[in-house]
Amino acid sequence: MSVSIDDDPPGDEVRVVHVDIPSDVRYIERVVELVRRECQVMAFGPRQIMLNVPVALTEALSNAILRGNCEDPAKQVHVHATVDSEQLVVEVKDEGRGFDLERSTRDPTTPENVEREDGRGLFLMRKLMDHVESIEADRGVIVRMTLHRA
Amino acid sequence: MSFSIKKDGEVVVVDVEGQLIVGNRQELKQKVLDELERGEKKFLIDFSQTGYIDSSGLGVLVSLSKKIREQGGELRLANLNDDLKTLFELTKLDTLFQIADTRERALNSF
Repeated sequence: MSVSIDDDPPGDEVRVVHVDIPSDVRYIERVVELVRRECQVMAFGPRQIMLNVPVALTEALSNAILRGNCEDPAKQVHVHATVDSEQLVVEVKDEGRGFDLERSTRDPTTPENVEREDGRGLFLMRKLMDHVESIEADRGVIVRMTLHRA
Repeated sequence: MSFSIKKDGEVVVVDVEGQLIVGNRQELKQKVLDELERGEKKFLIDFSQTGYIDSSGLGVLVSLSKKIREQGGELRLANLNDDLKTLFELTKLDTLFQIADTRERALNSF
């Protein structure tokens, strides 16, 4: 795992985190903590720090590791987060085929779906972030999520 | 992150310490299924020491709920903080589970 954080000097108005991790879900918590800490420094709301950011980012990372990179140890997941006093923009890039955000529109809250074990990941990302989009990259897919500071 | 299991009377009580996410959900599932296989019927999962839960963690809770019901057992959840309650409400899983405010209330509800 390689990490770079541009938060120097203290009081910088824009904080940038860049992390590259192997395709292994055990790295997810560490990445989430790095991004969450920067949101805390920029005085994001408590619910955003405890719920919105960690859950949505965990979903994006697990999608990139499990679906995008299919846990291929030769592939990495790249995370680039920019946090300022207005918003968090976090990009999660896989090195695989990604997944189609637009086609994944199943509502997991309907009576026929609520007892399903799967299908809540993208739903939660959309509910917990202000904007979620996927972008075709040179090699892989970028999921970009934006959250305005509350 | 870890899970501790103990018995309180006839109830198997599981404490979730830290996160319940894609990286550790199978451990929780296996621990509860092992108890179910031993013949335990009443389960309480306590979230008082839990940080956040992702969709995989929620999926495991749904799966366990079904398996416990299939064996004639019951599952209760307790001590969800406001953020976790919001998560259950967003996903409508608050309609699927019996959720108590405290461990005592959950234990008394069996």
